[in-house]
Amino acid sequence: MTHARIVGGRHGKPDSLDAMTGVARFTDDLVLPRMLHAKILRSPHAHARIVRIDTTRAEMLQGVHAVVVGAEMPMRYGIIPWTPDEQALAADKVRYVGDAVAAVAAVSEEVATAACRLIDVEYEVLPALTTPEAALAHPETRIHEANRHGNVTKAVQLAFGDVEGQLQAADLVVEGHYQFHGSTHGMLEPHCAIGHVDGRGLLTVWSSTQVPHYLHRELSKVLGIPTHQIRVIQPLVGGAFGGKSEPFDLEFVVAKLAQKTGRPVKCLYTREEVFLAHRGRHPFDMHYRTGFTKDGKILAVDAKSVLDGGAYSSFGLVTTYYSGQLLGSPYAFQSYRFDSTRVYTNKPACGPKRGHGSVQPRFAIEVQLDKAARALGIDPIELRRRNFIGENSQTINEFHIGSSGFLECLTAVEEASGWKERHGKLPRGRGLGVAGSTYISGTNYCIYPTELPQSGVQICLDRSGRIRVFAGTSDIGQGSSTMLAVIAADELGVELDDVRVIAADSDLCPVDLGAYSSRITLMAGNACLNAARDLAGKVRDAVATKWGCTKREVLLAGRRAQRLDNPEVWMPIQEAFILAECAFGTMGATGSYQTPKEGVHGEYRGGTIGASPAYSFTAHIAEVSVDEETGEVTVEKVWCAHDCGKALSPVLVEGQIEGSCYMGAGETVMESHGVMASGLRTDGQRRDPGPGKEGLLAASSLLDYRMPTTLDTPELHAFIVEKPDPRGPHGAKEAGEGPLHSVIPAICNAIFDAVGVRIDALPVAPEKVLRALREARKS
Amino acid sequence: MSHRPVVRISCTINGVAREFKAPPMRRLIDVLRDDLGLMGTKEGCGEGECGACSILLGGEPVNSCLVPAIQAQGADITTIEGIGSPGLRHAVQQAFLDHGSAQCGICTPGMVITAAWMVEKKLPADEVARTLAGNLCRCTGYSAIIEAVQAAIVAAQGSRG
Repeated sequence: MTHARIVGGRHGKPDSLDAMTGVARFTDDLVLPRMLHAKILRSPHAHARIVRIDTTRAEMLQGVHAVVVGAEMPMRYGIIPWTPDEQALAADKVRYVGDAVAAVAAVSEEVATAACRLIDVEYEVLPALTTPEAALAHPETRIHEANRHGNVTKAVQLAFGDVEGQLQAADLVVEGHYQFHGSTHGMLEPHCAIGHVDGRGLLTVWSSTQVPHYLHRELSKVLGIPTHQIRVIQPLVGGAFGGKSEPFDLEFVVAKLAQKTGRPVKCLYTREEVFLAHRGRHPFDMHYRTGFTKDGKILAVDAKSVLDGGAYSSFGLVTTYYSGQLLGSPYAFQSYRFDSTRVYTNKPACGPKRGHGSVQPRFAIEVQLDKAARALGIDPIELRRRNFIGENSQTINEFHIGSSGFLECLTAVEEASGWKERHGKLPRGRGLGVAGSTYISGTNYCIYPTELPQSGVQICLDRSGRIRVFAGTSDIGQGSSTMLAVIAADELGVELDDVRVIAADSDLCPVDLGAYSSRITLMAGNACLNAARDLAGKVRDAVATKWGCTKREVLLAGRRAQRLDNPEVWMPIQEAFILAECAFGTMGATGSYQTPKEGVHGEYRGGTIGASPAYSFTAHIAEVSVDEETGEVTVEKVWCAHDCGKALSPVLVEGQIEGSCYMGAGETVMESHGVMASGLRTDGQRRDPGPGKEGLLAASSLLDYRMPTTLDTPELHAFIVEKPDPRGPHGAKEAGEGPLHSVIPAICNAIFDAVGVRIDALPVAPEKVLRALREARKS
Repeated sequence: MSHRPVVRISCTINGVAREFKAPPMRRLIDVLRDDLGLMGTKEGCGEGECGACSILLGGEPVNSCLVPAIQAQGADITTIEGIGSPGLRHAVQQAFLDHGSAQCGICTPGMVITAAWMVEKKLPADEVARTLAGNLCRCTGYSAIIEAVQAAIVAAQGSRG
């Protein structure tokens, strides 16, 4: 008899009912007795030395309980242990407009804000370097004095094979200059944190973070107290997308102010502060040369990129590697070289946004492929098929590719979009474009050196027939708690509603490294599966003893234990759990996951960065219309097929695909995060923001930062392709970030199909389209 | 700072008569969340741009971060806590669950409020997207939300008649 599996079933997120009924509690919804409110004073200058801070007037304001300044938390930290260049509050220098300088705890936000205005800060203003060109041209003006290489935060050069020789031998060399602008996460929940110190000195921090484990470590480091005296709890998080994947000033501030006042302290960012905190997509300036045979095979890729890093390193070391390391599939390169330089600038720091460091180069290479297909007269999908690297293969930079449904992805969108009948044949002003991509299912290594597992899960069975799953995982809306419940319920024969997932509380849960690099499904999923199988074995054992059969003949499914060969013989699952507890004692098990280290990546320096146990694959086709009068581009439809190995929860995977397409389309045609900066504009005109405006946010509200509404969002068609990978739980790979990448070049390639012009500098703004059309008419 | 004049405001919230004191220009969202403990209403921007704080005021959806408390005088207010009940889900809530319309859930209360209003007004399906344009969602790409609202409108009409 077959039974309905929970894995792969069309369920929603059981916990989402809390949000729909208004009982879901995010960090800002938590209120503690005697709680104070904190506000942070921020720098009005893009680059300045702090000469003096006087907090006397603020401290005297009625309702103020404590003020904290940078000198009280001088320890430098950084999410990447090799680049600790941040302080909780700037002690000696501010490096962007918005850098945190001091903070106040008071009876209300209103009083705290008023007190911040009473803090007297004397600045010595320094030259502001708001573009990479300026920062590279003026190494004498060091944004970080301790940095050894002027304003370069990281430079990576790696070469594989004979690039120059292959370019010489190529029938076609496509050369392109691409600019990727900055964009930000725009999660709708502003960052929020609460600190509290109990009578024994235990510090508890509740935070809307997506990396509670790393936050735990950095709090310990900066505050100088051991980790066992800190508890980090991540309540529900209202979106993150990479924007909450490192510690922020407010978490240290609430902790320190709670220590100073002995009262709980909450800090909630304003929307403007969310834009200042940023850590979004790095602007990239990219030069690409790609060599092809006349059959369209890629002989050489030569990539040179400058990354605009903003004021701090953040994940920048990894970003710089990712900018080249993640390009080696889904296409086979005969030779490959990349040269990436990340530069400090006096702007909000850039960091990881959905598709960290690999969305920008993916844009460049996929447009290069489209240009080659045109030049060689090969269908762009066919050209991609010819270059497919294959399953169980190795990229030129020595990453092992396991399962890959890339060809199936291409076919799915080709058929659904009517590509063969419509590409190149639509009326002028309407066009189709294609692109493909790949992404990691978790980074193979923790960001600090350790032999410890990347993920641990503990499961307890309950006499009521219920299951409790304890995991350090961060559900940021992607559904990681549902994923754990699905795996546990499926293995242990209960329904989804019978599983309680207790996640992201350092006192209650084993460590998981956090919600970044699309790692949770593969890593925590495997840990959960291990623990669940352990328990299921014992339950089946106990039932088999009672029935006098072997445990292999006992099936757990649908809230029952039943005989595999005779469904008439069964007992409620609760009874089975009780039998197991009688036989083995309290029913609990742990599972953990360690990434494989053999045969995953090369042994060269940097070869571990970009390595993953398994890779997802994606293909997009976009349909656009271009108004040649106004230059406006409308993304009409997007078809996206994504190989996630196995969809444990198809509804949630479709949600990730659709959300990724939406987000990528938004940053292609509407969104832009940056500051007012002097320098050259893309049209060659000089730009001067005017006195005192250098470094100010260009868009500091949701009105100015234009995220797509229902009316701006294209019609989305999501297709799941399943090529199970032996390393994933039930074969599952990632789905949260991969499906963003190739929508961007697909849109740009569709614009070319529509009106025959290339927009190689993002975002696709009407004036750029009009200029390109004017130039095309001239020539 | 706290010596500003306060006024006594009487209104109905989720069907219950309430009376509270507040400075007349205090934001209604702060009254609801901080004074009355109705934490279901979320603040995404505080500038009337995202719709996360949507409530029904006099039967119409508004951004409660832009409404001064004094405007609640005599008004009938519905917050997310007034939509459905633990025993009986509103058609919109059921549809959101079925369609996977909530990911992180921070925009969801505002979406559900606006959607419940559409169900009440029996809006035609093709007006759903336009009517939701004041509610931003950063997770879903809206498809799952629009489809759910359309399904809820159909379901509600079916059950009535």
